[in-house]
Amino acid sequence: MLELKHVHKVYRVGAFGGGRLRAVRDVNLTVEPGEVVSLIGESGSGKSTIGKMVLGLTRPSAGSITFEGTDITTIRGHSARKEYYRRVQGVFQDPFSCFNPIFKADRVFEMIRTSYFPETSAPVWREKVLDALATVRLDPDNVLGKYPHQLSGGQLQRLLIARALLLDIKLLVADEIISMLDASTRIDVLNLLADLKERGLGILFVTHDLSLGNYVSDRSVILRKGAIAEMGPTSKVFDNPLHPYSRHLLSCVPQLHRTWAEVDAELEANPPEDVVLPVAADDASAPLLEVEEGHFVGIDQG
Amino acid sequence: MTLRVNDLKVYYQTLRGDVHALDGVTFDLADGEIMGLAGESGCGKTTLGKSLIRLDSRMRHVGGTVELDGKDVPIGDDEAMVPFRYHEISLIPQYAMSALNPTRKIGRMVNELLRARGVRPADIADELKRRLELVGLDPDVLDRFPIELSGGMKQRVVMVISTLLNPSLLIADEVTSALDVSTQRAVAESLVEFRDREYVKSMIFVTHDISLVYQMADTIMVMYAGHIVEKASAKTVINEPRHPYTQMLIGALPEVGSTTVQGRLEGIPGTPPGLLDPPTGCRFKDRCPLAFDKCSERPPLVEIEPGHWAACWKTG
Repeated sequence: MLELKHVHKVYRVGAFGGGRLRAVRDVNLTVEPGEVVSLIGESGSGKSTIGKMVLGLTRPSAGSITFEGTDITTIRGHSARKEYYRRVQGVFQDPFSCFNPIFKADRVFEMIRTSYFPETSAPVWREKVLDALATVRLDPDNVLGKYPHQLSGGQLQRLLIARALLLDIKLLVADEIISMLDASTRIDVLNLLADLKERGLGILFVTHDLSLGNYVSDRSVILRKGAIAEMGPTSKVFDNPLHPYSRHLLSCVPQLHRTWAEVDAELEANPPEDVVLPVAADDASAPLLEVEEGHFVGIDQG
Repeated sequence: MTLRVNDLKVYYQTLRGDVHALDGVTFDLADGEIMGLAGESGCGKTTLGKSLIRLDSRMRHVGGTVELDGKDVPIGDDEAMVPFRYHEISLIPQYAMSALNPTRKIGRMVNELLRARGVRPADIADELKRRLELVGLDPDVLDRFPIELSGGMKQRVVMVISTLLNPSLLIADEVTSALDVSTQRAVAESLVEFRDREYVKSMIFVTHDISLVYQMADTIMVMYAGHIVEKASAKTVINEPRHPYTQMLIGALPEVGSTTVQGRLEGIPGTPPGLLDPPTGCRFKDRCPLAFDKCSERPPLVEIEPGHWAACWKTG
């Protein structure tokens, strides 16, 4: 459904745009319907830039991004872009700043109606809104007609997901959507993503938290400095990490029932086998090597 | 006994009345203890950290006492607190990354800070360099501006500055929340190292991340809506929590290795109560599956086994 081929993004940096910063380096990945793909990386790994390029908020410097067969960089004009957003929507990190505090929170639904469904009658639309709210497991009495400050972060985040669902989307880009939520409500939003996946939605789940990526995704992509370090089915990436960077990351994640010392001791006792990593021909390419079926490792960046 | 907090009440004054952010908090902190203070946002954990060092203009000390090394800490009296700050009690603030003065080189900022506290910078310069090296920083950072350092480096600089005068109590408020996992581990391990080398006698580590606290703390105290719900050793809280809130909170945390395929985790239904007009009795009763009639009275924090405190009628 969504396919990224040799995507690069180079930002101009510095006071006069003289410097160059390679934010995304030779990234190839796909998202199929009904699949959750996690983009996991530390700050500066390019994970959000990839999300932004998929949403058309910024253009790739090189490479192609195709969605259902059309190259999204060729989409021009207001109405064509609007059609694209009918099928692809994003939800972002901070739900509090996505709402205008002057208006009631459910105004976001009305805005979808005026721009996409002006013909729909009020009762039919209300039915649709209630249906979307039921999908995100919100009680309409608790959220409709309320102002943003009267709702919790988890409720606001779910309202934004419900808003995206009104458009009958095929792909959702979820950029760090739970990092600002509390532990007790976080899991509800994650479970909601799993429900949406079962309904056939493709989800690009951008996160820095390995345990969250692991909980919800089918495939995981670990990024480092813009390039893919490791990509494959989540169970394989987490049970048998091959890239030294992935191993390092996993050893640093605080776990609930094992301390860091125990994890280190275990690694010491059975050191994992080293994998020969692919070599980059120049500093723009980042080839991947398929070690087992569907499980790729990327270049070593020191 | 380093710190003894007894029935501490701190309210926020607002136009609509008092917000009961800390409502009768009692606990002890032993010498050399690192206590993780965990809870959801708005449970009062940051308020507790702040009230031990400085009440801001909206905060009001309503009742209760704080004792540090046998001396009474006059937390309600801003002037009288001055000798305690930095010398006895020090704080690494939330988002310490933006706590550094952007217009000063770090070395100059440290010197100004020390002079303001009546310490001669020259007396402490060697120790400062030694400690920077300990956390893996080159002493050259003193000649740099904060903007030249990465987030993790700034965090470690602030950590070194805050503990320079060997305070008795260090409050670390969400110090690792804005950091990447690998930097997070390095910072957390340096904090433990500081305790081991006795740069700080004891520490309160405020965080919402229970799995991180488990890695480094000796004890964990869980708060909910301005009350303490449970305090015990880190292992006990994680493996045998007794209070229903702690149990549900730990049950809602995904771990590396848990997936939706193996079974879904459950969140806690409902939201924490507003503290402007808090409910009487147990504050968790509306979300608690075990709630019964008696929960309309506030359950006392009792020691259910040595070193394990919980505030619930069902555990008593």
